[in-house]
Amino acid sequence: MALEAAAPSEEAGRIKATRVVSSHVSVSRRVVDIWRSRQLLWNLVSTEIRVKYKNSFLGLVWSLLAPAMALLVYAVVFGVALRNGYPEFVILLFSGLLAWNLFQTSVLTATGAIVNNAGLVKKVSFPREILALASVGSASVFFFFQACVMVLFLAGLQWRPAFGELWLIPVALVPLLVFCAAMAIFLAAVNVYLRDVQHLIEVVVGSAWFWACPIVYSYQHIVYPKLSEHHILWLYFLNPLNPIVMTFERVIYARTGLVHLTTPGHPLAQLLPGWSSWTYVEADAIVLAVSLLLFVGAMLVFGRLAGNFAEEL
Amino acid sequence: MTTAVDIQGVSKRFRLYHQKYTSLKERVIHAGRTPYTDLWALRDIVFDVEEGDTVGILGRNGSGKSTLLKCICGVLQPTSGQVVVRGKLAGLLELGAGFQPDLTGRQNIYLNGSLLGLSKTDIDRVFEEVVAFAELEQFIDQQVKFYSSGMYVRLGFAVAVNVDPDVLVIDEVLAVGDERFQRKCLDRVQQFQDQGRTIIFVSHSPDQVRAICNKAVVLSDGKMIGHGPPGEAVRVFRENLLEAGDILALGMEATTTGATATPIASPPAGHPHPIRISGVSLSYPGSDERPYVVTGEPLTIALQFEASEPTAASFVVELRDDKGGVLVRTVSGDLDAAADVVAGSGVVSFRYESVPFTDGAYDLSVGVEHRAGGELFDWKEAVARIEVMNPSKAVGLVALPVKVFVEQASGVVGR
Repeated sequence: MALEAAAPSEEAGRIKATRVVSSHVSVSRRVVDIWRSRQLLWNLVSTEIRVKYKNSFLGLVWSLLAPAMALLVYAVVFGVALRNGYPEFVILLFSGLLAWNLFQTSVLTATGAIVNNAGLVKKVSFPREILALASVGSASVFFFFQACVMVLFLAGLQWRPAFGELWLIPVALVPLLVFCAAMAIFLAAVNVYLRDVQHLIEVVVGSAWFWACPIVYSYQHIVYPKLSEHHILWLYFLNPLNPIVMTFERVIYARTGLVHLTTPGHPLAQLLPGWSSWTYVEADAIVLAVSLLLFVGAMLVFGRLAGNFAEEL
Repeated sequence: MTTAVDIQGVSKRFRLYHQKYTSLKERVIHAGRTPYTDLWALRDIVFDVEEGDTVGILGRNGSGKSTLLKCICGVLQPTSGQVVVRGKLAGLLELGAGFQPDLTGRQNIYLNGSLLGLSKTDIDRVFEEVVAFAELEQFIDQQVKFYSSGMYVRLGFAVAVNVDPDVLVIDEVLAVGDERFQRKCLDRVQQFQDQGRTIIFVSHSPDQVRAICNKAVVLSDGKMIGHGPPGEAVRVFRENLLEAGDILALGMEATTTGATATPIASPPAGHPHPIRISGVSLSYPGSDERPYVVTGEPLTIALQFEASEPTAASFVVELRDDKGGVLVRTVSGDLDAAADVVAGSGVVSFRYESVPFTDGAYDLSVGVEHRAGGELFDWKEAVARIEVMNPSKAVGLVALPVKVFVEQASGVVGR
């Protein structure tokens, strides 16, 4: 019924959408409402991007400078100072950071999304989840810019990613976006009641979580030997971001076999796991399933808390 | 007629925390024993709004008007019960809510339109109309932060009324802009009504409700105490105001609103006058059961007097509005009804055949003077307050009986 009501009312006998305001609105109903407000989502995303660098000279370039600086620092620290010896380390780093930055930007901006839009939440009615999703949306736009820069970068280095496995990128991107959306919706709602969450997330995501992902180190080279020795490899995959980051590295860095490290003696090492494409698909599918569950959970929490947003802010 | 807005047993509870704990530390320390009191801002409100109705919501401050409106708009969720809205609803809780100061007027129209649920093509279609209505043609590509507050508000209203809503919800925002723009807004509201759309309207002003609405709801302390035609609702609202006023007036000097005679206690000090007024009473149809006079009905004001010696007296009755302007001053002497009273007590009655005033409270002052003028024997300032309730649609100071005829070439059409 809700779907047919969503049809645009253009004819003379206009179909009128029915809206129910109550403390118990089902998740499916709210997802339909969000879908109907997709135009608003798009407008909020473009507003956020337009406003963010409105009066700055370099404008959007700033959004690229921060990740570029992180890339440079990690490349120098791990590649040069600590001499991890990974050949073309900067590309391994870049492919992992690309996925990571989407997650980090989404989650950090989404946490404050409701609180920072208090004026809107108190006075206008719209699906409040949109505010959190808009943060994921604008992070996706920055992701796109970074991806463009990366393409230029790879072209400049004449690097050949695994063109045959390129289809794995969307396969990893979908669960990543769903996971980001789930986190964004959950954190945005909780932060209204516990403002500490904002700071907590900055610490957890900004510092700890990053190191639990195989971005500045290699999973196969560093993590696998140590954890499999104690049969606790599953522990590492409790982090749903890991299969996604590894998929990105698989496609872009693409050196699946043994490679010569650049350290003295040029020992052979395996940096990426020797998984087949389907193993990656399976891992990403599991992340997708988990993320969908988390998304429903986040929507339930959000639905319970959303009723009092206008009072709490 | 179909129902546009169905309000089904809506209640809203606010938790008033004596101390607000929003940090994790405080939450943990005070977990489970945060002191609060429950405040029911709305209690079991049930009514429905038919398509094409214009419904006014009346109530004192804090009666739950705005909470109800927010529940209808969906800004607040009711604690129990639900509101079903059929069709697109545009809420004017605050004009220009959601404007981004850094964006231009043009961009804000699109942003605000999509907040109200419009697609880009919908907005494209009404864009010119919005700009023209807001009278911002020259400024539309400037950032909104450089707008004056008037311009801001005009743009907000223009977007809201041009989004083509089926239900328009207005919270006392019509009092914005200069008089000309207000007029324009009211015209627009009128146009909405003519198109058979539904309007829900909150106001403090019974006059506005009577002029615009065809139904009204009265709230008091979160409960619905009246629902019906505006005249009836305004009456309930005024009675409710009076009740509240009585609480405030406790302990003050007796205020006469009913038909009972008011003994005026203190005899005038100083040298004794030959005549003084000892009481005032009002009577009008139904004066036993209701504390107000209905416009158009007769009113009798009776003064009890006591004379200590024969006097050539002339009695005065004066009615003033709340700003102190004299509306009526009746002097019995001028009417050749001066009385040569003898010693003793008596009553003089002023019978007005029809009270023309519209809603309001009017102060009654009475006095007695010497027939030839010059000497005032007694004067009682504001001895009573006359409440008038106006059941008709008349607006203004007085409701004159009127018939309207429209003449055209084809003949006379009376109504």
